[in-house]
Amino acid sequence: MLVNGLRVGVAVLVLGLWELGTSQGEAGLIDPFFYGRPSGIASQLWTWIQNGTAQGPLWLQVATTLEEAALGFLIGVGLGIVFGAALGRIRLLADVFAPYIKALNAMPRVVLGSIFIITIGYGIWSKVALAVVLVFFVVFFNAFQGVREVDRVLLNNARILGASERQLTTHVIFPSALSWILASLHTSFGFALVGAVVGEYLGAIHGIGIVIATAQSTFNPNGVFAAMLILALVAVTAEFAMTWLENRLIKWRPNSFTDIQHI
Amino acid sequence: MTATTQILRDYLERLESELPFGKKEKREILLEAEDHLIEDAQRDEASGMDASEAERRATRRFGEPQALARRFAEERAPAIELRGVTKRFLTPAGTAYTALRDLDLSVHVGEFCAVVGPTGCGKSTTLALISGLEPPSEGEVLLDGEPVTGVSRAVGYVFQVDAVFPWKNVLDNVATGPRLRGVDRAQANRLAQDWIGRVGLTGFERYYPHQLSGGMRKRAALAQTLINEPRILLMDEPFSALDVQTRTLMENELLQLWSATKSSVVFVTHDLEEAIALADRVVVITAGPGTVKGTYRVDLPRPRNVSEIRFHPEFALIYQEIWNDLRDEVLVSYERSKRIVS
Ligand SMILES: Nc1ncnc2c1ncn2[C@@H]1O[C@H](COP(=O)(O)OP(=O)(O)O)[C@@H](O)[C@H]1O
Ligand SMILES: [Mg+2]
Repeated sequence: MLVNGLRVGVAVLVLGLWELGTSQGEAGLIDPFFYGRPSGIASQLWTWIQNGTAQGPLWLQVATTLEEAALGFLIGVGLGIVFGAALGRIRLLADVFAPYIKALNAMPRVVLGSIFIITIGYGIWSKVALAVVLVFFVVFFNAFQGVREVDRVLLNNARILGASERQLTTHVIFPSALSWILASLHTSFGFALVGAVVGEYLGAIHGIGIVIATAQSTFNPNGVFAAMLILALVAVTAEFAMTWLENRLIKWRPNSFTDIQHI
Repeated sequence: MTATTQILRDYLERLESELPFGKKEKREILLEAEDHLIEDAQRDEASGMDASEAERRATRRFGEPQALARRFAEERAPAIELRGVTKRFLTPAGTAYTALRDLDLSVHVGEFCAVVGPTGCGKSTTLALISGLEPPSEGEVLLDGEPVTGVSRAVGYVFQVDAVFPWKNVLDNVATGPRLRGVDRAQANRLAQDWIGRVGLTGFERYYPHQLSGGMRKRAALAQTLINEPRILLMDEPFSALDVQTRTLMENELLQLWSATKSSVVFVTHDLEEAIALADRVVVITAGPGTVKGTYRVDLPRPRNVSEIRFHPEFALIYQEIWNDLRDEVLVSYERSKRIVS
């Protein structure tokens, strides 16, 4: 109760100071021309909701970005798990591919966005591709590590109890790696969003990224902030969904806060 | 020989329950014993003795079932045999470290063998070799006279550290063995339920390991191992992390469960009292590289109660004898660890 009250208090304080600081216009503490102002952001959102953006209705922009992020997320996670698990399990593969993966990982992958737009075009798939690349590496390394870090005693115990090599994978390695993989999903969806938005920013027909790019090119800071707000909302919702999924999938893990049922 | 065969039958039944072997071997031994007893009794009967008295005398001459069972077991091929086993590990520095050197050990069918020795002398390594999880660098490991080539289905292994699967609840953990060996889910769960009852975990089927105490986790591990009905049971300091009360309780439970199965046990511990209280034989391993320093027979009566057997007059004598050997090794190990620290 106290925490929630304080939280709201912080938000009110920050927004209030921001609004106050920008109330004198150019002469004030904060110049609304560069930094926007909360009331301006709110009215910008309202305009978008009512009249749509320059790219068409607002929901279409949100849906496009979400679709790209979701597709990029799913494909990236799938590929990341498959390759991570394969390289984690098969020593030879890991030794062969390690230098390539390290090199690719060291590269700032956002620059690939430009290449994807040239080769794949302005549609959603160039953004999906960028999201996939960003997500892939996060999940890949976690899956790889998860498979590698499996407790040897648990493997030995399963062997003694009668597990074949295949059963070791399903009964020990996969469940054990799952917590690593799930931990990476939190960050991954964020990366998928980054991939989608940056891809749109570089060139697109619909999407929040292009809405931001348009607002930026017309010197409309309220528009940039409003789009960021929408992105934040999407990200937080995804985060909740991921936590829910995680709690469903690994209910065996001790969780310092929610696990102990205080009476 | 009609009415009186009951005496003979009772005797053979007692013998059967004491024999630690599989069905086929038991039948062989029992048939042979029966032939021998009948022949013996008939000789007395022929000289005019009452039939039932003749049978009674024959069985008495043949011996106590418990002692007989042990003799039979000692005459057969040992359940576990290590011959001149050496085990070397590659250290992180790249040199070879000898954990075991020229170790000979054999455990009879149905025997409870305790292995004691200072920390780091290679006790866990010995179990890893018997289980087939690790191959020896030199020498041979045999189970029932056959060389070990991999993990055998006959082996059960309770590890030194927690080895129950943290993502499975108690029921699924205990049912793992049968499930992995192809038993269908319903049957495996029925079996698991039964074993959960035997180790006293009824009511905790849906708990995950992190929700259990250390003692309860060990019970779960015990059930998980015993559900496979291993003929060879390896236990690595299973109770050393438990408080004294829980420990005594579980030692007694283990003896009960074991006497019902008659499996051959290698029980590793660093606690000499525990070793003597549980085992038929105690093997002392030298400070690393480990090799057998001595083996001692523990002829304390069974069934035993672990908390009472310590007061048996013979207990102190055995303890004294083994401790004389063990003390030197513990001192060597202690001196070494001091040198490493300083
Ligand atoms: N996989 C391994 N690699 C290298 N050294 C090992 C390995 N396993 C055990 N050792 C070494 O072998 C010795 C015996 O270990 P262990 O059998 O665990 O002793 P104990 O169970 O008697 O305490 C120790 O010094 C340990 O460091
Ligand atoms: Mg050990």
